[in-house]
Amino acid sequence: MADTAIHGPVAGETEHGPHSHATSTGISNEKLAMWVFLGSDCLLFGALISTYLLLRHRSISGPVELRDPANIFDIPFTSVSSFVLLFSSLTMALAVGAIHRGDVRRCRVFLCTTALLGSVFIGGQVYEFTSFVREGLGYTTNILGSAFYTLTGFHGVHVSVGIMFLMAMFVMSLRGRLGPDRAETVEIFGLYWHFVDIVWILIFTIVYLIP
Amino acid sequence: MSMAETEHKGAPLEPHHEAHQKTHPSDWTYIKVALVLGALTALEVSTYYWEKASTGALVAVLFPLMIIKFGVVVAYFMHLRYDNPLFRRVFVFGLLLAVVVYLVALTAMQFWTDGWSLI
Repeated sequence: MADTAIHGPVAGETEHGPHSHATSTGISNEKLAMWVFLGSDCLLFGALISTYLLLRHRSISGPVELRDPANIFDIPFTSVSSFVLLFSSLTMALAVGAIHRGDVRRCRVFLCTTALLGSVFIGGQVYEFTSFVREGLGYTTNILGSAFYTLTGFHGVHVSVGIMFLMAMFVMSLRGRLGPDRAETVEIFGLYWHFVDIVWILIFTIVYLIP
Repeated sequence: MSMAETEHKGAPLEPHHEAHQKTHPSDWTYIKVALVLGALTALEVSTYYWEKASTGALVAVLFPLMIIKFGVVVAYFMHLRYDNPLFRRVFVFGLLLAVVVYLVALTAMQFWTDGWSLI
């Protein structure tokens, strides 16, 4: 995120006060850009989810028992992953709250916790994928496998990128480069992380729970 | 602790940060929201053990729960409830566009009549 220069009070200054660039909308351009990106990401995941819905019962190749997702999923295990990601959303929100209050140390703790929880989620996904492959459902086994791995794989990549950003912000805070004046940076990243969580809410319900 | 962090921790919040802090939910609000989301998730997971429930009944329970959880995270964690309405419009536009486009796509692919049964 770009550093903001200090200007005097001007018309159209952002809601974050005189330390942000003046914009024609009166709101942060970076934050608006993130919301636009998240709106566009809805289209990406909409495509992947609808493709999965269309293809999940259309497999004609591979073992018969691997053509029905209900035979493959371990709902209790995935439920734990869901709770982990949900809790990471809480710690991310707490990190944003902390940095807005000027509590850099607390923010750093919550950023690190969020990254750890995200890593646990990814670890769960990797374990789940490898167990499915061991049972015979690979990416090219049948169309169910392709659709499932593409959807959850894209989500996993989003989470992984988020973890990298979290670690980058953690290091920035250690070096004293993430203070209350950079609170918007944490807030904007928080929007991305919560979006990753709500996409999982959709995936968990549509892919795993609905038979 | 670095000098910069000490300065950040010791310095009083600037006016615009104070104003933003007043509109920002408290940590306890976030915790309450997370507890509600956890309870809703537990209810969702419990449907896995409803052996006698039909697919239609499960969809009727799971979809509203999914939408409620989605809305709660967007409103509270993503701060959309407290933020400038322009953010809400931008996100809702993208979301509605995705929903409409893919409902049309599913309909064009005969998803509702060809293999998907709600009863």
